Amino acid sequence: MKSVGIDIGSRTVKIVALDENKVLSSAVADSSYDPLAVSKELLNGIDYDTLVATGYGRHMFSEHCECRVISEIKAFAVGARALFPECRAILDIGGQDTKAISLDESGRVLKLEMNDRCAAGTGRFLEIMAAALHYPLADFGEAALQAKKAERISSMCTVFAESEVISLLTRGARREEVALGIHEAIIQRIIGMLGRSSPIPTLVFAGGVAYNQCIGHLLTKNLGIPLLIPEKPQIVGALGAAMEGLRNYTTD
Amino acid sequence: MTTDYRKMWTDLGLDLKMHDALLNVLGGLYKDTFLSQKDRPESMSYFDFVMSEVHGLRIKELMDAKAEGRKIVGTFCVFVPDELILATDAVGVGLCAGAEFGFGEVEKLLPRNTCSLIKSFFGFKLSKVCPYIEATDMVVGETTCDGKKKAYETFKQLQPNLYVMEVPQMKKPEDRTLLKAEYLQFMKALEKLTGVKIDAKRLKKGIGIVNNRRKALHRLAALRASDPAPISGLDALLINQVVFYDNPLRFTDSVNKVCDELEARVKKDKGVATKGTPRVMIAGCPMAVPNWKLPAIIERSGGIIVGEESCVGERGTRNLVDESGTTLDAIIDAIVDRYFQIDCAIFTPNNERTEHIESMAKKYKADGVILYSLQFCSPYTIEAFSVENSLGKKKIPSLRIETDYSQEDVGQLKTRVEAFLEVIKK
Repeated sequence: MKSVGIDIGSRTVKIVALDENKVLSSAVADSSYDPLAVSKELLNGIDYDTLVATGYGRHMFSEHCECRVISEIKAFAVGARALFPECRAILDIGGQDTKAISLDESGRVLKLEMNDRCAAGTGRFLEIMAAALHYPLADFGEAALQAKKAERISSMCTVFAESEVISLLTRGARREEVALGIHEAIIQRIIGMLGRSSPIPTLVFAGGVAYNQCIGHLLTKNLGIPLLIPEKPQIVGALGAAMEGLRNYTTD
Repeated sequence: MTTDYRKMWTDLGLDLKMHDALLNVLGGLYKDTFLSQKDRPESMSYFDFVMSEVHGLRIKELMDAKAEGRKIVGTFCVFVPDELILATDAVGVGLCAGAEFGFGEVEKLLPRNTCSLIKSFFGFKLSKVCPYIEATDMVVGETTCDGKKKAYETFKQLQPNLYVMEVPQMKKPEDRTLLKAEYLQFMKALEKLTGVKIDAKRLKKGIGIVNNRRKALHRLAALRASDPAPISGLDALLINQVVFYDNPLRFTDSVNKVCDELEARVKKDKGVATKGTPRVMIAGCPMAVPNWKLPAIIERSGGIIVGEESCVGERGTRNLVDESGTTLDAIIDAIVDRYFQIDCAIFTPNNERTEHIESMAKKYKADGVILYSLQFCSPYTIEAFSVENSLGKKKIPSLRIETDYSQEDVGQLKTRVEAFLEVIKK
């Protein structure tokens, strides 16, 4: 029984192919200007019995390919539990959305929080801030961790924060201290979301931003608990979608 | 529309080009949102007709009333008693505030971070596309939230017939005294406008009409407690929206006809959604025509809406005015008593609202509550947090949503709503 999960996000498309519970392959590609073409390209040559789509582009995709559709929240819940059965909360920071999900003991979604209508606190925000400071995105978190103290960034609006960064730099602020300030600003926002979604016993940190070590470090420091970070944090949703395909195929 | 109303619109001072654009959008949106639904009650055809003639025949009726010497009073809030307006033979109409229209012009007069509802009535006025406001002899504003209160100062320059009424913010005895004084003053203003002196008999007649209208809406609400739900939330919302525009007697009659049909459906265990469909209640800011975004997302994602805790919904229609009073003063007191109970989020404290949401969720067998607020509406966005906590303690799932009249966040909202429906599905 082969199941494929595809997670069509705002910045990247992720795919996971399963044979029963064994991962056969996984891949990540930029969504580009034509996420449908990217998705089809990723599926090319993979054979499957069931296909489940999730992510921002799930409905668009389902109009062109025969598949089932589930929300990202459910996909992340299933995927995170598959990797960490003890998981009771998930923080997913993707390109466009930040989600905080809490689960009950059996893995059912209890509550979810999502950022409203703006990119603040998302991967896109980090991308823009890294560019404003001329860091490659992959080095941004590492650089921020080098700072001894942080400059304060008060605005969480991407546009205003960028001008704040520029004025800090023109005042002679150190680049890595500004970088740390940006990370701390994001953390403040995330802590608020996590606090609203419920207590956090065992937290899985997923989504592309989980690659950023500074965010992980600051979260651990602020929450006082270790984080469970998947080896490939970006594919948790696609994995969940594929697992869901297995689950329902047998009961249908 | 079959009849040509262009002359009437021109005479009212509408911008025909902009108005055509609005009607085009509205018509298309209505078709996609309402006419595409399955198993609609046949009696909804009346409301389809009303909507197709909302800027036509209904305006013609208003113009005919004016020709008979009756006055048109436009309102924005359920704190303005229709009973008083009807007692002077005037026609009350709720004014348009549910669409993003002319916001570019609006932002020359108001800060960008003003709620969509306020921007919307400015937009309609500035773009000259609302025949209702142009037909009015008096527009009534009220000091509910800070946004409206301050915006009316600017609005007065665009709409010189604006009358602003004070609404208290607490529920102490002296606040009730204030509300009564305001209603008495409003009565005087209406009498001056219409030349009609309000007496006990006239007021009782007005109360009778409005109470009957409320009773019909209560009947509709009660029928929605059935599983399967006999009517979609979108259609029920539409009825609750049309109440602000339509002739009250004809409206009441039409709602009762819908209820007759729904009763027959309930007896046959027939509905618009299958048994077990996740049942959702919406609580929060009012949804004026054509603000159907969130309800459409909920019902297209496989949920069914069974109640609206909103001014356009149960908050606006809850409680009747006691009809036992005989003297004018006793009758006015009964009106004040009824309106003073409205649990708008502008009041502090406002625990009654949370209690009402909880009891509605129980009554309509809702599996979850969506707390809907307009972005920048402080009263409802702030209150949503405490309501959410209280619902959580009662194990009623809830989802907070903050949005506006734009369409850009539909994808995001869909994700959240779908996930919420997955959560509450039994």
